[in-house]
Formats: sequence, C-alpha cells, structure tokens
Amino acid sequence: MQRHFDRDIDELKHLLLRMGAMVEDAMARSIRALLERDTALANEVIARDDEIDRMEIVIDQKTIELIAIMQPTASDLRFVATIMKITPELERIADLAQDVCERAIELNREPMLKPVSDLPRLAHDAQSMVRDALDAFVRGDAALARRVIADDDNVDALTESSFRNLLTYMLEDARNISSAIRLTFIGKYFERMADGATNICEMVVYLVEGKMIKHTALAAADE
Amino acid sequence: MITLVLEPEQKAAMPPVATQANDDPKISVRDFDFFYGSAKVLHNISLDIPPRKVTALIGPSGCGKSTFIRSINRMNDIIPDARGKGTILIDGKDVYGGDTDVVELRRRVGMVFQKSNPFPKSIYDNVAYGLRIGGLRNKRQLDEIIERSLTRAALWHEVKDRLHASALALSGGQQQRLCIARALAVDPEILLMDEPASALDPIATSKIEELIYELKESYTIVIVTHNMQQAARVSDRTAFFMLGRLVEEGDKNTIFMNPKEKMTEDYVTGRFG
Repeated sequence: MQRHFDRDIDELKHLLLRMGAMVEDAMARSIRALLERDTALANEVIARDDEIDRMEIVIDQKTIELIAIMQPTASDLRFVATIMKITPELERIADLAQDVCERAIELNREPMLKPVSDLPRLAHDAQSMVRDALDAFVRGDAALARRVIADDDNVDALTESSFRNLLTYMLEDARNISSAIRLTFIGKYFERMADGATNICEMVVYLVEGKMIKHTALAAADE
Repeated sequence: MITLVLEPEQKAAMPPVATQANDDPKISVRDFDFFYGSAKVLHNISLDIPPRKVTALIGPSGCGKSTFIRSINRMNDIIPDARGKGTILIDGKDVYGGDTDVVELRRRVGMVFQKSNPFPKSIYDNVAYGLRIGGLRNKRQLDEIIERSLTRAALWHEVKDRLHASALALSGGQQQRLCIARALAVDPEILLMDEPASALDPIATSKIEELIYELKESYTIVIVTHNMQQAARVSDRTAFFMLGRLVEEGDKNTIFMNPKEKMTEDYVTGRFG
C-alpha cells in the first residue's frame, strides 16, 4: 500500500539530492577556481553558499516536521535519522569549498608557486568520494559506501604527501612560505571534505543495514 | 428541541465576511455554547473550518469534541433537553436557521461513526440506501454512483464481485469503508468522522487514514480522534478541546511542534489526558 508518508519521504530525498548537487557543484567550481587561478569564479562560489545554507534549513525543518507528524519507525526512522546526519555534513563540505575559494583568491594575489603534483589529485579524489557517497545514498548501496570509506586512506596519504612537498618549497625559499601555507590549508580542506563523504557513507550503511560502523575502534574495544 | 438565540452584542462581535472566496471557511462557528439540560458542555466556541482540508478535534474524553461535531449536522437535535446557543454557518448560512431543511443538511454533511453501522442488507443496498430515499430508482444510475462511491472509499476492488452479499460479512475495516461509501453516495460536501478508526486494527486504521488523505481533495473533513498521532498524520488543522472549551486551534505543525498554550503542550506531550 502506497502511504502518503512515502510521498513525504520522496520529497525529503529529492531536497537532499538537490542540496547534494549544489554542494558537488560548489566543490567542482572551487577546484577549477584554484587550478585556473580564477578569482571571479571563486567569488561566485562564495556568493552562492547562502543558497546551500538555506537548503539546509529547509531540510531540517521538513525532517523535524516528519518526526513530529509521522512518528517514523524502522526503516522510515533510519531514513529520517540519516537525512538529519547527512545534511550538516553536506553543508560543512560546501563551507570547505568556500574556504578553498577564499585561499585561492589570496593565492592569486601572490606569485605562482611551482606545481604541487598531489594537490589536484587530492582535490579530485575528494570530489569523487563526495559524489560516490551521494550515489550510495540514492541507491541504498552499502557496498559502494564501504568502498568510499576505504578510499579515505588514499586521501589521507595524498594530504600528507602534498604537505611534505610544500614543506620542501618552504625550506627552499622563505618567500614561498605564505603561498605554501595557504596550499597546506587547502590540502586539509579537501581532506576534511573526504571525511565528510566518509561520514555520509557510514550513515548509508546504517540506513541500509541498521548497523553503526563509525568509531570501529570503540566497537572493537567493547567486544 | 434546540433553540438558538444570538445576543445583539454577539452579532456585533462577529467578524466581517472574508472577501476572497478561496479564504472563506466552509464552516464558521461563532460563540457557540451547548447545554444538556442545565449542564453547559460547550463554552463559547469560535472556530473556522476551511474547505477541502482535514480539521482534527483532539482532547481528553468528555471535553466536548463529539458534542461539537454533532452540532454541525444537528445530530444533537434528537437528544431531549439539548440546546445550543450561538451560530454555526455552513457556506455563510446558519445551520440552526428556521428555514434549514435538516434532511438536506444531513445529506450535505455526511457522518461516519466510531463503530461501523452498516444496515443488515447487501453491500449494494447499503450504498444505494440514501439514493433510493432521495428518489433515485434508475438502475444504471444507481450502479454508476455505487461503483464510484465504493471506488472513492477504496473498497470497490475488494467487493465488486460480491455486491449482493451481506454487508455484515465484511471485516471491521471494510464495514467502516462501506459506511464512508454510503456517506459519499449522496454527494455530501462535508464529512464528519467521529473516531472512525478507533475500533480498527493498525492496518485497517492506516487504510482509513490514507482514504481521508485522498478524500480531502473533494470534501471538507472534520475528524474527532483520541489518537493524537492520527490527528498529526491526517489533519491539516488541529483544534484542542478541554473541559468544553477550545483551548487552541491552528495549523497542525504548530499544534504538534510548537503550540502556544501550555495546556496544549502538556496534552500533546502526554503529560495529562
């Protein structure tokens, strides 16, 4: 039997996907603004962050409304809880894309640094993780979610290697320090976006299987 | 019999009629009191019920919500010594006005009760009952309306092959949907539902709730329910009654998420009631 609650759930899912698309777009533009030294594009991403924030509020209100009105249980409850946990992750990823743009604008005022080979890869890997995390949510695909979680180790390694790369530039010439530090921040921002994708995927596993897989060290210690 | 007296100052206090047709309430209640003999059971109720929406009345037992709903189609007329005071307007016309045809009123304002009450007749004859009383004899027209009513009540597919079987052989949930079909057959504008699902199991209850959700496209629905979660699920507007008074009325999201009155908050959070 089709319940009218199913329509509410579809609507909520649709809103979350719209927010997800906006966040993916902000992320892609922030990478382009950084790599192509495009200050105008960076400013555009910063200006559009408010839309994503507003979307977060709309989803929060709708979710709270559904809890109050429909008293969801079982998979409905897990769905609503998942939405409540995913939305702030997406909003945080958008904020980090905005941070990338702010640093990119600052970098554009300084002489260009030698290429940092791992940084574009790091950015693209983080972007793929966010996209895959959203796909895993849409399709209810716990296997994909687990693969994304595993990818996080690569992103961590890339963050570390790009930091070491930047450190050598700083040691080479003190005039590189300002740009290199900004780029180090940027590396960290992408690493945090990948962490956001990981958190989303942990919730997808919870949604599909009802299992909380985050903080595995704690779970292992309890056993 | 019910007598209705409107004091001049009550008349003066009545709000002006809304100018936009879409905003006009279907049912408009002003300063309505109700008495059983000397006992006053409703106190000064004023409430607008919008068209093609579900308005749920909630409140503890004995708070007056059933008395209120029965005042709308004058079901209380049959109770000796019962009388109301104040006005209940449907489309701007006073239900208790001298020229009201009570039979016609009850055709326009259908009612479904807590306990399903099919007549001991066939499924077909139950739905045809009001139509035949209204003078309809044409078999083809009857067939059409009966199919349409049973379809609207989400029962057609379950009974279409046994329309001439006894209605009493249906399950409780089916009997209740049959009663809804019977009410719909005479083409009402308003449906009053007095705890329509309280005697049903959860699956039959959710069928009735889904049905209410569908029916509000075409009908103005007023439902009395003891089940707060049900009120939250099915209604657009919710009115909270307590000791014969209307404590708070509003958009259901306000009532269940952020009520203005402490008493409403206490009731919807289960602190009393």
